Amino acid sequence: MRSMKRTLDVRVLRNIALVCLADGLVGMSYGAIAVGSGLDAWLPVALSVLVLAGSAEFLFVGIVAAGGSPIAAAIAGLLVNARHLPFGLAVGDVLGRGLRRVVGSHLMNDESVVFALGETDPDRRRAAYWACGVGIAVCWPLGALIGAVAGNAIGDPAAFGLDAMFPAVLLALVLPALRDRAVRAPALIGVVVALAATPVLPAGLPVLAALVGLLAGVLRTVAR
Amino acid sequence: MNGHLVLIGSVGVLAAGTFAFRFAGPVLRPRIATRPWVERTMATAAVVLLTALVGTAALTEAHDLAGVARPTGVVVAGLLAWRKAPFVVVVLSAAATAAGLRLLGVP
Repeated sequence: MRSMKRTLDVRVLRNIALVCLADGLVGMSYGAIAVGSGLDAWLPVALSVLVLAGSAEFLFVGIVAAGGSPIAAAIAGLLVNARHLPFGLAVGDVLGRGLRRVVGSHLMNDESVVFALGETDPDRRRAAYWACGVGIAVCWPLGALIGAVAGNAIGDPAAFGLDAMFPAVLLALVLPALRDRAVRAPALIGVVVALAATPVLPAGLPVLAALVGLLAGVLRTVAR
Repeated sequence: MNGHLVLIGSVGVLAAGTFAFRFAGPVLRPRIATRPWVERTMATAAVVLLTALVGTAALTEAHDLAGVARPTGVVVAGLLAWRKAPFVVVVLSAAATAAGLRLLGVP
């Protein structure tokens, strides 16, 4: 951690700070929405600390607020979070061992993974992952807490375009990886499959179904 | 009271299960990533998942389309990112475009 500033350049640190700030804002609207739909304030705050995965939390809160069973909400959230397994296979080398691996696993999310993927040097990969992971682990629950306390005063996140920010962040961060043709073909096939599957599959599964796009890459490797 | 316990238990199940997914990858990785092509495929898999997430988060809401404002915001951000605009500009342009369109009555 000490060497974070030396390892990562200012530009990457600034990008990470911006993403954490944006997550904090979304967290505020998340807390406000949860409380506004009649749930106790502890629920969004506890989820933000213990689960630390925005989309699964939104889904959990949405199902429970609509009167659905909390057990069904937990299963739906787990489906959405299943993508963390392949994420860990891809960037698991940045976590270290022992306690660091336990803490680092909890810090795994879309943003920390994509920042790690954006660096090639092992030290920089590690620094980017941890900086983003720790930042979000602080900003997301803090935002949820403020939102849950401030309640309805925060209002509709869509009015501020906050819902467009998360996909825009991910897109900007994966774009460099997509310049590689060997990655672009599976990714594009994957997006089409995920979008086609969205109307029919439960939340979380369409994104996992995108992995069939990998077959394009594997077939090419085998053919060679 | 009973309902409260079920709710707390469900939060615990979601938290524990999510951690298990997150922890399994780093634990299994050394056993699986023994060949360069496997390692490359795992990195590609992460990009495929993230790209699919961009697509579904930008275009869909639950099982339906997400309207026009959000996808337009993401496309504007994507074009700016492609032209190497600063990250702050990219992210804020997404929010500003979506918010602006909604102000004009676009869903």
